[in-house]
Amino acid sequence: MNAPDRNPRRAFIAAAGAGVAGLGFTAIAPGLHLMAVASEANAAARPAGTAASPAVRWGLLIDATKCAPGCTKCIDACHTENGVNEKLPDARQASQWIRKIELVDRRNGKKTELPMMCQHCAKPPCVDVCPTGASMKRADGIVLVDRHTCIGCRYCMMACPYKARSLVHVPLTEQNPEVPRGQGCVESCTLCVHRVDKGQIPACVESCPEGAMIFGDLNDPSSAIAKRIASVPTTQVRSDLRLNQAVRYQGI
Amino acid sequence: MATLNPRHEEGLFYLLAAIGGLVSALGVGAALYMEHSGHVVTGMNNQIVWGLPHVVAIFLIVAASGVLNVASMGSVFGRKLYKPRAPLSGLLALAMISGGLAVIMLDLGRADRIMVAATHFNPTSVFGWNVILYPVFYGVVAVYLWTMMERRMYPWMKVAGFATFIWRIILTTGTGSIFAFLVARQAYGTALLAPMFIIMSFCWGLAVFLVVQSTMYAWNGLTLPPLVLQRMKNLLATFVAAVLYFTIVLHLVNAYFARNIAFEHFILFDSEFAGAFWLGQILIGTLLPLALLLNPATAAKSLWVNVAALLVLVGAYYQLYVFIIGGQAFPLDIFPGYDVKSSFMDGAVDHYSASLPEIILALGGLGIAFTMTTIGVRILHFLPQDDLAELEAAASATD
Repeated sequence: MNAPDRNPRRAFIAAAGAGVAGLGFTAIAPGLHLMAVASEANAAARPAGTAASPAVRWGLLIDATKCAPGCTKCIDACHTENGVNEKLPDARQASQWIRKIELVDRRNGKKTELPMMCQHCAKPPCVDVCPTGASMKRADGIVLVDRHTCIGCRYCMMACPYKARSLVHVPLTEQNPEVPRGQGCVESCTLCVHRVDKGQIPACVESCPEGAMIFGDLNDPSSAIAKRIASVPTTQVRSDLRLNQAVRYQGI
Repeated sequence: MATLNPRHEEGLFYLLAAIGGLVSALGVGAALYMEHSGHVVTGMNNQIVWGLPHVVAIFLIVAASGVLNVASMGSVFGRKLYKPRAPLSGLLALAMISGGLAVIMLDLGRADRIMVAATHFNPTSVFGWNVILYPVFYGVVAVYLWTMMERRMYPWMKVAGFATFIWRIILTTGTGSIFAFLVARQAYGTALLAPMFIIMSFCWGLAVFLVVQSTMYAWNGLTLPPLVLQRMKNLLATFVAAVLYFTIVLHLVNAYFARNIAFEHFILFDSEFAGAFWLGQILIGTLLPLALLLNPATAAKSLWVNVAALLVLVGAYYQLYVFIIGGQAFPLDIFPGYDVKSSFMDGAVDHYSASLPEIILALGGLGIAFTMTTIGVRILHFLPQDDLAELEAAASATD
């Protein structure tokens, strides 16, 4: 009478339950993996059709002490990711979304290298001066150019204290569909907004072999970037201008 | 002075109009070429983003506002000598602003999107303000001309003149503020630029007016009354001196600021712009005209006053070239206290030389202004009609 319950229906339910649990584990695993990647940025992908959140402020922390002399991997990754590949006879007319700057301290000769790009200011002069509003700041702090309304007046290039912007001087071909660019329009680092919206990190950050760059939400105290900024001295370039940039540097 | 044979005169008019039209058309052609090929065919780049077209366009826009000073002296300040000159000053203002705006718009990276500029407005942008300031300028000057040239509208002339006076002060404040509102570059970013541009506009506008007026008098076989010449050359000398004053103050203040010493040294002594500043702006554009206008031996002669006015205009070109191109050629001080270098001209002085399409586009702007003026003075009555007896009476009353 006390024989084990061999009700086949119960056994099926038990087996099905184990299967669902197993399936669930494997189904969640990619999700966990995704979360692990996103945890670097401390946010998940932004679903299509939803607005960027003003609660988030995307930013970069660049450790100049780790930036290897002569290394251009971040530049190569950026320009590959964004399809910045045109060759011009005069290099001064070519677009540079990110560049390496070599610094020598005049007082003691100390040498430093660092990548420089759009600093994604909280109060961006480029946005203030743009006559059409093409130069804009997204709710999450990313400064962008609307390629449909940019008229190519270059006033933003005059206004930018970081020389972060380029005018496209030639007709373009073979563009990355996710990164529209256009002759006669001004452009700059988008913080790889097309990747960030998918829950990924910018190409330059991903490519840095030294781990010198951290990307994340400056507004989230638990993010890696916010924790680092809270624990080590960091600098905003030309902080005297009070533009409150989202890109910060360590070691300069 | 001999008058031209009417047939020859008509032929000369058509020749001048044709030359002006051709230069304008070539300018538009150059812009189309730049539009098709991209700005790679210009001498401009990612450091010197504004070039020769902007130098000429800003000259035309600033002088357009200033030339209206002649009208304001008559309508707003009641100076009888200037009243007959008001219509010509209005015509010149419209002609020059048309040439200047055409160059600015045709130089845009996306000139085809000019409607976007008209339909999208950013209230924080000085350029955005100018998108409103310029069309309204056309409107108020057109109405002002109407009140001056249509007898039934005479009662409104003073009101229209006053509105025009206020508007052109605002307009030139807007032009100077394009540079005043730039925090990034050492050459700009000072409120002094707004009033300085206003006084520059007075100076250059009057110089243009004097040259055009003399040409029209000569064309019609007339001689400018000495009283008129004397008054206008005195006014020009005052404006030239005022521009010099602002220039000195601007550089003195900049040279005091430690952060700007390197730039001042660059622009005044150690660059290709130093020669343009000292020889072009100061010697040719300021000291020589002042000498000609203040020396009694030359100041009484129409020829030398016109030479002085032309020299002021040459100096204006050099002044804007040094200000606009020189200001951009000096590297941004992104890392104060560091020597910097990069693949993007960081820390390096840039060099600019205008390409042929840019030169033609800039000349096209001058061509548009010239053509509009030539046709305007031909088809309407813009030649000042002085009542000499009244002038002399007014002069003796004020002297």
